[in-house]
Amino acid sequence: MEIAPGEFVACFGPNGAGKSTTLKILAALSKPSSGQVIIDGQDIQENSLALRRRIGVISHNSFLYGKLTARENLEFYGRMYEVSDLDRRVETILDQVGLILVANEPVAGFSRGMQQRLAIARALIHNPSLVLLDEPYTGLDEMAKGILNTILKELSQSKHTVFLITHDFDQGLEQSDQALILVGGKIVYSCKPRSLSREEFRLRYLKLAGGGGI
Amino acid sequence: MSINSYLDKLGVLLWKEIRSEFRGQEILSSMLIFSLLVVASFGFAVDLMDDLTGQVLPGIIWITLTFAGILGLNRSFTAEKQNDCLSGLILCPSDRSVIFLAKTVMNMLLMAIVELVTVPLFFIVFNYPAPPYPGWFFLALVLGTYCFMIVGTFLSALASASKAGEMILPVLIIPLIIPVLLSAVMMTKDSFGLMTGGTDIYLKILLVYGVIFTVLPLLLFDYLLEV
Repeated sequence: MEIAPGEFVACFGPNGAGKSTTLKILAALSKPSSGQVIIDGQDIQENSLALRRRIGVISHNSFLYGKLTARENLEFYGRMYEVSDLDRRVETILDQVGLILVANEPVAGFSRGMQQRLAIARALIHNPSLVLLDEPYTGLDEMAKGILNTILKELSQSKHTVFLITHDFDQGLEQSDQALILVGGKIVYSCKPRSLSREEFRLRYLKLAGGGGI
Repeated sequence: MSINSYLDKLGVLLWKEIRSEFRGQEILSSMLIFSLLVVASFGFAVDLMDDLTGQVLPGIIWITLTFAGILGLNRSFTAEKQNDCLSGLILCPSDRSVIFLAKTVMNMLLMAIVELVTVPLFFIVFNYPAPPYPGWFFLALVLGTYCFMIVGTFLSALASASKAGEMILPVLIIPLIIPVLLSAVMMTKDSFGLMTGGTDIYLKILLVYGVIFTVLPLLLFDYLLEV
């Protein structure tokens, strides 16, 4: 399959369909048993070092260090990604995710929602052109969901490529340009969400995936 | 990746390691408490005549350092397992061997602190004079610790992938560091002036071991992370 630059793709599938594995392969965290991932003409396995700089991953796990403060976590990842003007970038992104007031608190004391918001900031600290999200709405309160939706809209408007894995039809279909259904590690259906109603998509999903994961 | 960039990343990772450890002091405190308890236990349990002390003390020192080290190594990758931080590190655009190197340097730093506290205490508790060849003694400590930590950090990363990692690590590590332990003990004994030459071979063993187990993990660490 091909994803155009700036496209927002939502991927759905039952548990065990291979969604997270697909995301790991896209992020160069795992090697595919067959096939290739080509980003801007470069194979991710062969040019992983250069391409990783352009990828941001938001997973179920936050990748955050509990003993470090929110600011220290962002500074750490920012320095690993060699972000220029890091201090200003950290302040801006902390403000964007609504954590500026707790920036100097250790992450271990944060709620799940706060950690997930900080994880979003961590994934975007280096302004990646490709953002991969694995069920980012899990455990988020309404406020955090709102912040994530705003950020996703901004990413979409600023022509970032987004690949979202979710079980949530409403959140996934709302912003996506392309929707996929993955079953048994294979894409069994692909469509433009605007071309059919949410109910039609749901029925198609139930038919193909057997209702798992809803 | 340029050498400057590599060293920068090493510095950033070390900054993170040091800040995390000295905020909680979980690893260091457990290593220190364990080694102090061993010093006290040997002090009470063993009543040696002067000529025997020098024969036994190098072994006691290295056994204590080995188990204190394993205690630290067991926790070395724990922080990376919480919240799957290791994946976060793997995603960063840097050579993955830098993660291994930063962990090794951090483990050596922790061992150096433990040695700084424990080793002088052994001499005090056993009422044994300072080694007549301090340079040789220092070399034994540095080389022995380096060889132990470099192979230990690699095996710690390997064991951390398993659910029974804390049980597996000692089983993996002890057979592999037997040459290091033997050589370090013999060099330490030599620094006490209790050997009659022929100890250069132990220095050579440690040097060769150090080179092999520096190169191998640096080459293999990337593959290890994929497991």
